[in-house]
Amino acid sequence: MTRTITIEGVTRIEGHARITIQLDEQDQVRDAQFHVTQFRGFEKFVEGRPMTEMPGIMARICGICPVSHLLAAAKACDDILAVRIPSPAVKLRRILHMAQLVQSHALSFFHLSSPDLIFGMDGDPTTRNLFGLIRRQPEFACDGIMLRKFGQDIIGLLGGKKIHPAWVVPGGVSAPLAPEHREAMLRMVPEAYQRLGRGLEYFHEVEDRYPAEVDAFANFPTLFAGLVQPDGLLEHYDGVWRFVDERARPVAELNDPRRYGELIGEAVENFSYLKFPYFKARGYPRGIYRVGPLARLVVGQRCGTPRADQELGVFRTKLGRAPQSSFHYHWARLIEILYGIEMIARLLEDPEILEPHVRARARPNRLEGVGIAEAPRGTLIHHYRIDEHARMVWANLIIATGHNNLAMNQGVKQAAERFVRGKKIQEGMLNRVEAVIRCFDPCLSCSTHALGQMPLRVELLGTQGEVLDVSQRP
Amino acid sequence: MSTTPAKPKLATVWLDGCSGCHMSLLDLDERLLILAEKVEVVYSPAVDPKEFPEGVDITLIEGAVSSEEDRHKAQLIRARSRLVVSLGDCAVTANVPGMRNYFEKDELFQRAYVENADAPAAGEARRARLPVLGVPALCPRATPVHEVIPVDLFVPGCPPSAEAIWLVLTELLAGRMPQVAELTRFGA
Ligand code: SF4
Repeated sequence: MTRTITIEGVTRIEGHARITIQLDEQDQVRDAQFHVTQFRGFEKFVEGRPMTEMPGIMARICGICPVSHLLAAAKACDDILAVRIPSPAVKLRRILHMAQLVQSHALSFFHLSSPDLIFGMDGDPTTRNLFGLIRRQPEFACDGIMLRKFGQDIIGLLGGKKIHPAWVVPGGVSAPLAPEHREAMLRMVPEAYQRLGRGLEYFHEVEDRYPAEVDAFANFPTLFAGLVQPDGLLEHYDGVWRFVDERARPVAELNDPRRYGELIGEAVENFSYLKFPYFKARGYPRGIYRVGPLARLVVGQRCGTPRADQELGVFRTKLGRAPQSSFHYHWARLIEILYGIEMIARLLEDPEILEPHVRARARPNRLEGVGIAEAPRGTLIHHYRIDEHARMVWANLIIATGHNNLAMNQGVKQAAERFVRGKKIQEGMLNRVEAVIRCFDPCLSCSTHALGQMPLRVELLGTQGEVLDVSQRP
Repeated sequence: MSTTPAKPKLATVWLDGCSGCHMSLLDLDERLLILAEKVEVVYSPAVDPKEFPEGVDITLIEGAVSSEEDRHKAQLIRARSRLVVSLGDCAVTANVPGMRNYFEKDELFQRAYVENADAPAAGEARRARLPVLGVPALCPRATPVHEVIPVDLFVPGCPPSAEAIWLVLTELLAGRMPQVAELTRFGA
């Protein structure tokens, strides 16, 4: 006889999710799964639509990182047009992308994950959230809110709208940067450094309180993958897609995004709407790899900006070259915020940033294109095929969260084995299982406190899988 | 914990949407602190979701109704909320989630899990062709919220701006029906 614990409604990982944990007769964890429960069908329903609609439609996959989808879609279209984007347009796209990196990472760390660190994993579930934070640590909460606002304001100034701007188009961007907007953005930079500096300080105060979590939060050797500049600098918009092993040694590299299928395959499991990409050379599921901020800092040699590199030095001195625990995603995220602010400032100071020529025009010159970008959560691949009238006939999308699917599932199991035991299930045990998922920041809710406070349903299953007993707690 | 039990109860729910409408709510920025004082946020992906509670004053719904789970949730929300607001084009018209309605469910699954995926190796029992375990069944069509439950206020926009959301909340809290037409529109 086995029991199944369902953490109902780990709502939304680029959608919605739940976790199930199976216990054996001795109440030991036998297995655990992370189910993604939303299905949307983008790969099919774009069929027949004009290719030029893709950036606008694809951005609606995710309201947290729409800019990454916008860019991956526009880059796939650029590839189909076979044009070279004017250099100022590339730089403007990069600023937009960095602004999103800052806002999305701020949301993940301050709004969603920090309550776990500040109130403790066993903290009162009714206050262990953003609003509890506002009451307990108003300054810290405000730093997070204002850092997110920094990113959102820049997106609004560039694109005319904070969420789902229509400004990125195939061939470049639709309008150049106005000088007064450049000034406004530059004026916001010093405050952003200050707020992030305080956040980092606070993180260093609390991080060492969680040795058991460091130990069991998806802490195992995997490959890491991420975009990187050919010389090894951190990269989010272009560059080569590199896989490194558990000791940060390069194992494979993709220079031409169109050949991603040679490196990775996509497996389907019957318990999740989210597929399971894997590194082909190692097979499935041994080809497990991680993407996102932690992976990027393992794949890259350096950030290439002074403040972020200084913090990266501290990070590596303490954790080594390739930290295995996914708990360290949090710190990696803060380092990337720092990098994002520095890059925004650097790009805004670039002499060509105000140039008016920001769009290349062409008709489609190919019937197929691939766009790749590093979303805040990891590598994002859009692959399109069109007909001779520039109508979509097929699409394949590999979203950032997907790459981490194997690692999240294995991590959920590892944390459940470590923390969930005994006849009596404590809320804090389950909160830890959710907190593993929060490290990966798959998208809003899954990183929120959705899981721990979800109604918990424990089912006692017979050998035939029949439900013998159900207990439910509020 | 809320100190004044008399505070109005606000819930925000995410059905089949991109979360952009919730992000726009977070774009209230400093006004989130005011909101925290004015209302008790009793259910929300960003806050403290447990089971959808009884006696909610205002519920904002983002997203279309796409799965059986969404449908069930919508009905529960209606039964337990005084005012239900369709927030954003997905809730109002089914918008992007509704684009799949031109295709059969099987065609969508075929593309995602058969054409664009590896075939399972022989003998791999767990890796069936399609996800069915622990995932909710998809409705044949994605529908606007008001096809499933009565809705009291429609706030279009993709997403509605933080300003529009602020007006909606402050007016509703003051006991008035907000006039949203000047602040937001379909596709805004
Ligand atoms: S209305 Fe727009 S922003 Fe809101 S959920 Fe739908 S696609 Fe996202």
